[in-house]
Amino acid sequence: MFETVITLEQFLQASIDTLYMVGMSLLIGSLVGIPLGIALVVTRPGGILENKIFYSILNPLINIVRSLPFIILMVAIIPFTRMIVGTSIGTNAAIVPLIIFISPFIARLVENSLLEVNPGIIEAAESMGATPFQIIWHFLLPEAFGSLILSITTATIGLIGATAMAGTVGGGGVGDLAIVYGYQRFDTFAMVTTVIILVIFVQIIQSTGNALARKARKE
Amino acid sequence: MIEMKSVYKTYKRKDVTTEALKGIDLKVEEGDIFGVIGYSGAGKSTLVRLVNYLERPTDGEVIVDGQVLNHLSDSQLRAMKKQIGMIFQHFNLLESKTIFDNVAIPLVLAKKPKEEIKQRVMELLDFVGLREKAKSYPRELSGGQKQRVGIARALASNPKILLCDEATSALDPQTTQSILQLLKRVNQEYNITIMIITHEMSVIQEVCNRVAVMEAGEIIEEGSVLDVFGHPKHPTTKNFVKTVIHNSIPESVKRSLKKTGDSKVFRVEVKGEVASEPIVHQVMKAHDIEVNILFANMTEIQETTLVIMYLQIAGEASAIEKAVQFLKDKGAGVEEVVE
Ligand SMILES: Nc1ncnc2c1ncn2[C@@H]1O[C@H](COP(=O)(O)OP(=O)(O)OP(=O)(O)O)[C@@H](O)[C@H]1O
Ligand SMILES: [Mg+2]
Repeated sequence: MFETVITLEQFLQASIDTLYMVGMSLLIGSLVGIPLGIALVVTRPGGILENKIFYSILNPLINIVRSLPFIILMVAIIPFTRMIVGTSIGTNAAIVPLIIFISPFIARLVENSLLEVNPGIIEAAESMGATPFQIIWHFLLPEAFGSLILSITTATIGLIGATAMAGTVGGGGVGDLAIVYGYQRFDTFAMVTTVIILVIFVQIIQSTGNALARKARKE
Repeated sequence: MIEMKSVYKTYKRKDVTTEALKGIDLKVEEGDIFGVIGYSGAGKSTLVRLVNYLERPTDGEVIVDGQVLNHLSDSQLRAMKKQIGMIFQHFNLLESKTIFDNVAIPLVLAKKPKEEIKQRVMELLDFVGLREKAKSYPRELSGGQKQRVGIARALASNPKILLCDEATSALDPQTTQSILQLLKRVNQEYNITIMIITHEMSVIQEVCNRVAVMEAGEIIEEGSVLDVFGHPKHPTTKNFVKTVIHNSIPESVKRSLKKTGDSKVFRVEVKGEVASEPIVHQVMKAHDIEVNILFANMTEIQETTLVIMYLQIAGEASAIEKAVQFLKDKGAGVEEVVE
């Protein structure tokens, strides 16, 4: 058998930390990203609330944030993180860059999902005299719902990868275990176990997402 | 009910400009089933989308139910749109909602109470014959059934006008028939003015009372369906009419036509009541002539019979003249065919 110094409690705590970081940043990231994604779709040229100025600012802004690798983003905004949570170490501190990382990603995913909606549906909505808000709420979102669930699933899995990186700056979580024990102390058991835990997380999230999306699409 | 006054529509995309409509004048009366026919790209969709202001005219006025749409604010326009139902070639139903919820949408948007919505939706589903499909999803329906849902949805807000853009183009001939019959009922039972866009003359023949023929952004011919079918003037109209009624002498007959010195060929057109009278027999009996029927075609349009015949009449010039007058007095349209 492998030799290991990690206790079961440590594994549990690490898993909880990971889920906490993923959950919090997903929640806040969605609250920011979903409206941004909707804004991208409705203000784009030909959109129901076309707005050249707004779109031409928001669109590249999202690209800029998206082009930064998470590890660089995390380090770059340390002063900002410190300002908000008072420290740059620990799970709460990791959540700040995670939100900034995931929000524009969610915005893009939501944008793609909404753009998949048959333009004929929007035309029908307009022919009924629906207001822009009604078009979004009663037509766009329900029609894109299945696809939106898959988008959020993809975002969640992206977040698990990012939280593992957050571990390198003492963010805690499963990634932290892998680095501190598995990599730095050559604890193979820790390494293998953390990989298995991450794989299980991803599998569970993906199959839940798929199942929910299927249900939303009434298949 | 619907009026357009020298309406122009130009699309500008970067450096490509398309003149989709070039000076349209149009009047659709209340109770009409008005057909608009034309080849692809003629501007039919653009025209119909101006009626509910999905598209704004570049120039000219659109007047619906006495209101000049150009002068309305956005919220007034939305209110106006509730008076105008629309159905589409690809139905445009929400895949994520049941048939019931699809039909209910205009009522939900209008914030009607739940009970009222339920009653109205079931009444509409009854009307289109889909009550038992209320809980199904659009993907479980055939094309014809989907269009019925489209019609029910368009009627939900009690509109005065129904716009149909190629509403039967995705359906087979039999289903097309049943949808057209349903549209006729919509027109008669709810007294809704209908505007039908199509590229199939048979659709016009089946339900419309008036027709406009479009080509390259212009209306090239307009009139009652009976007149246009009987007397198409523009070559394009003739081509369309040809697809549903044969109204010219077949080539083989033309070739074997013997030009005897004292015979003339006439195109005789008879409509309605007169069509059931034996006028050929009558004209022969009353005059000293011989009549040879070269070609005859009988078509049913709007429950009216339209007969087009090519008659070769032989006899004294004066007798032929009198015979022609006799036919004209009977109410037939007579034209000499000069080859
Ligand atoms: N949104 C648009 N932007 C640019 N050009 C357009 C747009 N909509 C239509 N056009 C152009 O306007 C012209 C008329 O189009 P329209 O869709 O009204 O034709 P149509 O008679 O409905 O044809 P079809 O039978 O194929 O539906 C075409 O040349 C088309 O390319
Ligand atoms: Mg069209």
